[in-house]
Amino acid sequence: MATVIIPTPLRKFTNNTAKLNIEAGNVEEVLLDLSTNFPDLKKHLIDEKGEIRSFLNIFVGDDDIRDLALGKTPLSQETVVSIVPAIAGGLA
Amino acid sequence: MASYQDITFSKAELARYDRHIIIPDFGLAAQQKLKAAKVLVIGSGGLGSPLLLYLAAAGVGTIGIVEFDVVDDSNLQRQVLFGKNDVGRAKAKAAKSRLQALNPHIKVQLHNTRLTSENALQIVKKYDVVADGTDNFPTRYLVNDACVLLGKTNVYASIFQFDGQVSVFNYRDADGVLGPNYRDLYPTPPPPGLVPSCAEGGVLGVLPGIVGSMQANEVIKVITGVGTPLNGRLFLFDALNFETRTFNIKRRADNPLNGDNPSITQLIDYEFFCGLKNPDEKPIKEITVETFLKWQALGEPYQLIDVREPNEYETANIGGLLLPLGTVTEHADQLRRDVKVVVHCRSGVRSAKAIRALEAQYGLDNLYNLKGGILAYQEQAQEV
Repeated sequence: MATVIIPTPLRKFTNNTAKLNIEAGNVEEVLLDLSTNFPDLKKHLIDEKGEIRSFLNIFVGDDDIRDLALGKTPLSQETVVSIVPAIAGGLA
Repeated sequence: MASYQDITFSKAELARYDRHIIIPDFGLAAQQKLKAAKVLVIGSGGLGSPLLLYLAAAGVGTIGIVEFDVVDDSNLQRQVLFGKNDVGRAKAKAAKSRLQALNPHIKVQLHNTRLTSENALQIVKKYDVVADGTDNFPTRYLVNDACVLLGKTNVYASIFQFDGQVSVFNYRDADGVLGPNYRDLYPTPPPPGLVPSCAEGGVLGVLPGIVGSMQANEVIKVITGVGTPLNGRLFLFDALNFETRTFNIKRRADNPLNGDNPSITQLIDYEFFCGLKNPDEKPIKEITVETFLKWQALGEPYQLIDVREPNEYETANIGGLLLPLGTVTEHADQLRRDVKVVVHCRSGVRSAKAIRALEAQYGLDNLYNLKGGILAYQEQAQEV
């Protein structure tokens, strides 16, 4: 069970849940699980090609998955997966 | 930075900064560095307020403020730099009044303008460190790029509702190693409308107060060399649940600004980059086949790019370098910067698209569309 932290701008798509416990072996499976359980969240996570949105960063523990194994980055019981979008406040 | 060792203080200044000077790990040298420093704060709003107040209080010798807006009553929920009497006043002027009242020993320089690709380099180069407190993605990328191109540290913070982010970009550490910048963290901005703005989502007033203060702390550490700045780290603050997290971030080889193959060497159109402009509105440079033939006759140096498909090229070509439209932006490094680059396709439509994409992404200004494409060229050439 990895813990997945949903960022504030996307919590409205997960019934305002900030932390979810997801049974998954790697990051790809986490995203699949989220997309399946929260269909409105899907388009904010993955694009039409099925790839992680380029303005989202995903960290496993304290490291960027781009420095690990991207979608194949393995997860364990204690892993915390953080989804961190770009924010700029103020204007659109 | 000006040589800090030559900085002297009046009795009044020494008394004012006493509590800094007596900290064993800080001391007079650090205060001298603060006085010698020139910091540019971009935006005097939610983040700018605590940034400016604490940098002024700390004794930063020269503070520049980039701000074009006017104080609105709704700002006062969080922009504690201003008061009721400032409503309707230019923020830059109101900020300067307040800061000089707080600390008359420092210099406050105003840039009462919007930061743009046309003025950013001129403004930023006068300062040592930049603190970005702006409220939109195009400016975030503009500030980032200007800092990387000029070799300035960019102390970054951003907020939304209850969340804040802080980092220190483009920082060269004591060993001379350069840290990551905003494009390493977020190579592309979210398309407009996908990530809500504060105007749509709101912001807890105290949040920029907290995050902007942390930003000021990072500026002070960068200037004085005291402590460890958030270089190569992204700090996240969740005010709602009081949780914090610090992530490791790294430079990326594919950063178009300063990765292994830099393709951006000047400021670009950031609104276009962030998808805020209609691509059809942007005019591009065009030349007729007649002009192109003249260039050839006169021995005018140029590079010819063909953005058609390989099979079209095989059938007939006019000697251009084949870079099909679909992948042309990935091969921007093959375009010469020192001569005019003529881009053509079959009839001039695809090449126009290619030019728009290249100009938007790399800020190139030496691209010319061949009007009528190879069809027009072959027609003209036959007449000769």
